[in-house]
Amino acid sequence: MTPTPSGGSASLLSIDELGADGVARIMDLADHMAEVNRRPNPKVPALRGKTVCNVFFEDSTRTRLSFETAAKRLSADTMTFAASQSSLNKGESLRDTIETIGAMGVDAFVVRHGSSGAPWMIDGWTTASVVNAGDGWHAHPTQGLLDAYTVRTALGRAAGFDGVRIGIVGDVKHSRVARSTAAAFAALGADVVFVAPRTLLPPVPSMPTTEDLDGVLDDLDVLYLLRMQRERMTEALVPSLREYTARFGLTPERAARLADHVLVMHPGPMNRGVEIAVDPSELPGAMITKQVANGIAVRMAVLFDILGGGASLEKGAR
Amino acid sequence: MAEPAGARTGARRVLAADDIGRAVTRMAHEVIEANRGLDGVAIVGIEAGGVWLARAIGAAIERIDHAIPVGSIDASLYRDDIGLRPVAPGAVSDLPFPIDGVSVVLVDDVLYTGRTVRAALDALADYGRPRAVQLAVMVDRGHRELPIRPDYVGKNLPTALIEKVTVDADGVVIESTGGSQ
Repeated sequence: MTPTPSGGSASLLSIDELGADGVARIMDLADHMAEVNRRPNPKVPALRGKTVCNVFFEDSTRTRLSFETAAKRLSADTMTFAASQSSLNKGESLRDTIETIGAMGVDAFVVRHGSSGAPWMIDGWTTASVVNAGDGWHAHPTQGLLDAYTVRTALGRAAGFDGVRIGIVGDVKHSRVARSTAAAFAALGADVVFVAPRTLLPPVPSMPTTEDLDGVLDDLDVLYLLRMQRERMTEALVPSLREYTARFGLTPERAARLADHVLVMHPGPMNRGVEIAVDPSELPGAMITKQVANGIAVRMAVLFDILGGGASLEKGAR
Repeated sequence: MAEPAGARTGARRVLAADDIGRAVTRMAHEVIEANRGLDGVAIVGIEAGGVWLARAIGAAIERIDHAIPVGSIDASLYRDDIGLRPVAPGAVSDLPFPIDGVSVVLVDDVLYTGRTVRAALDALADYGRPRAVQLAVMVDRGHRELPIRPDYVGKNLPTALIEKVTVDADGVVIESTGGSQ
């Protein structure tokens, strides 16, 4: 174990490394954090004296603000590094950048990077903890955890997701959300199916797949829609956005078929009229704003888990 | 109080279930007497060990007089040893009543260093401003590290630092943990 300046020692890089026990532990901790967030003064002193640095090499609104809010509610100090306003523009390397920030006394880096695997490299360069806030097409573990927490609270499934059927619909191939969210659902015991055209599935999907949304729609407890990245159109992976909506979008006709208990989820930002062609506020099971709210509680749980000494993933002992 | 796995050199039961029952009844009477009735009194158990005892004292008070609010508070996010040892929160705090102006009787099973009670006092303050906070414990085992003292005590039990005290409704057991502390 390599101790950090203040004794923390764990990182969260992927759901697979966190493991099923770790996912369950974060879910239980998130219940405590959600209780804090319901108070008039939603702040606890748990991480006083710790510093969390957001290092974002890619644009992000909700993830960055969510992590910043989470750190502040635990009384940690926060710093934000935006690549576009940094000495990277003067040619400083990623490693030098991380070591420079680390020298200022950082306990955890929250890293978003366009290249898959970058958080693992950074984790190897620093004694601070690293939280992967999205790397390329690869992983976005806190999104997976907040999605799992949303299902757990909405369906009252604190004991696990056995028998819960979840369809993840859309561009699975290019989606780090699909990978991490499917892994988190599966870690808790859910049955997950990827619904996508063959061109938008990875070569070796981690879950069963189908191209027939209408064939599985009536069996689902959770309909998870992925963002259809418009730039995929130029790569001719789908014939047209209209055709995509007709086959894989949540149209008014499909929305009418959904039972009231079915949760509709989306990681945001939404392409209205593409993957979701109805007003989500009119769906009884729409979870989209709950996902955002739960994101704060889950990220508080993650930061407390790795900096508060509760994590089983000890850095250096992996 | 996580103890290292070591050779146990014996466990002795110092209180039995009916001793616990009598202590709970006596403490309930003392709470009523000290507060000159039960106006604006609430009971709050500290997670995890204090919650069953808070409920037991609350039930005894209800038998003697009338029901008062009973809640629970988890103080793990307020501890002073976060990052020094694994923190395992108990159940989520459940304080479904306002505590502003209320006399809160905090309840724990064992009073030892006093650090858990300090954390619970800080946690309580985030929910409001009680008129007063009193402290009830089943066992006071000594070795205080902070200026905290109980108002209601089931049993004073002088202990050695290497001993482990377990309290539940079936009684109180003291075990030696074999020397390493």
